[in-house]
Formats: sequence, C-alpha cells, structure tokens
Amino acid sequence: MNVYVCVGSSCHLRGSYKIIELMKENIEKNGLEEKVNLSAAFCLGKCTTGVTIKVDEDIVCGVSPENFDGIFKEHILDKV
Amino acid sequence: MMFDTSVQELKYKVLREVARLAFDGRLEEGMLDISNIIVPGPQPTMRCCIYKERAIVNERVKFAMNQGKSSNVIEVLPIACDECPVDGIQVTQACRGCIAHRCMNACPKEAITIVDHKAVIDKSKCVECGRCLAACPYSAIVKSERPCVRACKPKAISIDENRCAKIDDEKCIACGACVYQCPFGAISDKSYILDTIDFIKNSEGNSKYNVHAVVAPSISGQFSVPLGKVVSGLKKLGFRSVMEAALGADMVAYKEASELVEKGFLTSSCCPAFVRYIETQFPDMKDKISHNLSPMAEIASYMKKHEPNCKIVFIGPCTAKKAEAQKDSVKKYIDNVITFEELQALFDSRDIKLNELDNQPLDNASYFGRIFARSGGLADAVAEALKEMEIPDNVFKLNAVSCDGIDNCKTALLKAQKGVGSENFIEGMACIDGCIGGPACLTHGPKDKMAVDKYGKEAAEKSILDAINILNL
Repeated sequence: MNVYVCVGSSCHLRGSYKIIELMKENIEKNGLEEKVNLSAAFCLGKCTTGVTIKVDEDIVCGVSPENFDGIFKEHILDKV
Repeated sequence: MMFDTSVQELKYKVLREVARLAFDGRLEEGMLDISNIIVPGPQPTMRCCIYKERAIVNERVKFAMNQGKSSNVIEVLPIACDECPVDGIQVTQACRGCIAHRCMNACPKEAITIVDHKAVIDKSKCVECGRCLAACPYSAIVKSERPCVRACKPKAISIDENRCAKIDDEKCIACGACVYQCPFGAISDKSYILDTIDFIKNSEGNSKYNVHAVVAPSISGQFSVPLGKVVSGLKKLGFRSVMEAALGADMVAYKEASELVEKGFLTSSCCPAFVRYIETQFPDMKDKISHNLSPMAEIASYMKKHEPNCKIVFIGPCTAKKAEAQKDSVKKYIDNVITFEELQALFDSRDIKLNELDNQPLDNASYFGRIFARSGGLADAVAEALKEMEIPDNVFKLNAVSCDGIDNCKTALLKAQKGVGSENFIEGMACIDGCIGGPACLTHGPKDKMAVDKYGKEAAEKSILDAINILNL
C-alpha cells in the first residue's frame, strides 16, 4: 500500500509534518513497515481542505491530529 | 516599466511571442511573423532601419527556441553587436596643453609625448594601466572599454577581426554579467521555455505526470504583486505545485556545516558560476569546493525520490543555472531551467493577470534557507546549522567570508590559495549582492534585499531543523 502525505505549502501550514509523525508512529505501532510505503506528495490538488493524504488512489482531505486515529483505521489499517 | 532596461523588454517581447505561438501549437507557421509584430515600422526605433531591427529579432527568436551555434548557454548575436570602440586610453579635446605634463611623467612606459603642447599616446607602447587618467587634473584622458569586456571578470570576452564580441566558451562561467551589461543586447542567454511549455502541454493538466515549479528565493522582490499571486499564476500556467528552492538551501546548510566540520575548509557550491570560476581559474582548489548539490538540485533530488516521474522546472534569476542543469550530477533531478524574465513572458503569453488572482501560500523553508538569495545568507545559515547541531567552538569555529561579485571572490580565493588569512569558509556568489543581483532578474536594487529579508522573516519554520523535518520521509 502506498500512502502519500502532501507537504505542499498549504498542507505544510496546516500541519502536515505532524501528520507525517503520526503516520510513522502508527505504522510502526501496528507493525506495517513492510506493507505500507510512506512518502511525500507535493500537491494533491486539494489545497483548501488540507492536510491531504493519498492512500493508493484514494484522496482523503482534512486530516488533523484530532481525526487521525479514525482516518488511519478506516483507510489504512482496515484495508492493508 | 517592468524591467530595468529596454534590452530586457525587447528580449521579453520575443520570448512572449514565441511562447504564445508554442502554447497554441502554431510556432512553425507563425515564427517568421514575430519580427513584424515587434517591429511594425515604418520608422525604426532602435537601429538604422526596420530591416536590421527585424533581422535582429529573427536571431533573437532562434535564441528563444534554444537554437544557437554553440553549446554554451551564453552566446553573442553578431548582427546585434554594435562594434563599440575598442580604442582604449585616449586623450580627448579637453586636453588644455598644460605645462606640468603630469600624464607624461606618470606613464611607466614612456608612451606619452607632447606634440603641439598636447599629450599624444603611442598605442604601441601603452599598456592601458590608467595612471595618466588618474594624473590629469582636467580629466582629459579617458579609457573606453566595451561594457561586455568590462563586465566579464573571467576575461572570456575578446574582440574578433570584425570588431564583434567573441566568447571563449572554455573561460565563460555563464554568470550572465555581459548579458545584462551589453547596451545593445548583443549577448544573450538561450532559452528553454519551449521545453517548459512541452512539459505543461504533454502533462494534460497534470494527469499524465505532475509538472512542479521550484522557485528561487530571490523571487520575493521580483513581481510587483504579492508572492501569493505569483504562486497562483504558476498554477494557472499549468504547474501542479510550487516548491521553494529555499528548502533545498536549508538541507544544504546542514550538509555544508557537517562537511565543514569534517574537512576544516570549504568553498561553497551553491552558485554554479562561482564553482565554474574555481574550476577554470583556480584548478588547484577544486578539491576545496563543497561536494554538496546546490539548493536547486538538492530539493529536486528529494522530490524525484518521492515522485520519480514528475517534471521539475527551476525558476530563478540565473543564467548559470541553465548550465548547471546540464551537468550529469544535476540533470537527473532538474528537467528544465527558466528565468524570471522568461516567466514574465510565459505569464503574459497566456494573458495571466497576476493582480487579479488570489493569494496562495508558499511555505516550505525556514528564514535561513530563504536568505540564501542575498550575499551573506549562506554563511549565516551555515553558522545557524552549526549552532543547531550543537558543535562546540573547540571542535569547529566558523570564520566565514562572504564574497559577492567575481572580483571579491577572486580576492578571497587568492588569499586562501596562498594560505594567508584565517577564514575557513568562502561563500562565493558571482553576482553583486548575490542572487538578487542575478542577470535575469526583472529589476535590480536595494528593495530586492529588503524583500528577501522580509520574505525570510515570514517563514513559518523558524529553525533549519524544523524545516528539514521533511527529510524524515
């Protein structure tokens, strides 16, 4: 599974570095290092609703530390 | 006016027309009409007649399409060269025929004699030292030097048998000083805008692959609108995202600091013209050049790692970056280099009105990465990186010298070569004031430095380490 976190300016200002940290923590916690390939995207075209991530071909907008756990479970943990 | 000089404006108009046709897919059929559009006649405005003006525009069209005779990115347009006088030191009408003869006495080569009370220079003896100029109380002796020759510090420009300027490509460092200084616009950088346009068109709205713009921090003072509108304009033009080369500068600052601690002495590698100057004029100091990529290449290498099929276009003030992008170590990361002048032409070719667009954020780098655009910024960033890395003074104490302009670089390099002075880091920028003085900036002036410092302070990330957190991915 390929997971991209947008690090473009809009998402950066909305805290994408924090989301990257959470992603790494949760991938490790769930032992998904071999299954999930985490990388950066430079714009996913959803600048006004960031932080935006892409899970394979699905774009998920509005990711924040508050809703992170739910999004991680729904889009990554349950699908991998 | 949008530009400092009318030469820049002429170059811009040609680029704009070429871009307009290329975007519309009509370049081949329309290129011969460009000279008529730019020189409508019937009265000439620049040269002796409209036919010469149009012939020059036709040559400019070729440069705009990267069609030149040499592989150097800088080339002479012989037809545009006005064959300026090359008479060197001359006695003018202002000579009063005084009886002191300071000029004659100052001449170390006995080249001056007094004929009918007035000074006469024997050109076969004169070595152009200029002492007579300084000695004459009436300023009656002048030195006429071609602006291109004067601008070219590596002495790569000479005059050929037809009195036309000639570039020695082996010595040329592609800094572009002659391009900006020639009052007739007879030396120019060649343009790769057609590649940029192809990338954009063939990406089919960034659906086949993404085209990303990497912008140099000197962009901050270049356009007369807030930077956020320029970001919108770039996206409207067809770029998927706009990234700051300054983030690459943050990355470089850290690596440069580590390399400096390890080696004890370095010359910077950010400015490609400075690097080439050392390679050609100080070959014994080549091993002192930092092994780091430039900020442009550093950020692009990061982006290509994460998105291998994307196209990356660097947009900056620099002609030497066009040459840097052809190096084997860089061309795998950078697909294309264009300048601010060329970007203005691209915007206007698509009738993109920047002032009507919304402000979009541009925020990837720290204050320190952003101030690379002006002389002294790189040394400040390396000092900050050493501080953030908590390198104690007894392990390594930075003693940097920041040089802008090749004359200052040369002085620092000569000192280092001879082992005099205690500097252990030479920050070299070929352009006066650093990148904000670049030859392909739309404008040059003190406001540009203020704009860079202001832009630096607006960065969301305050430390280099915060900005390069991105490397955790």
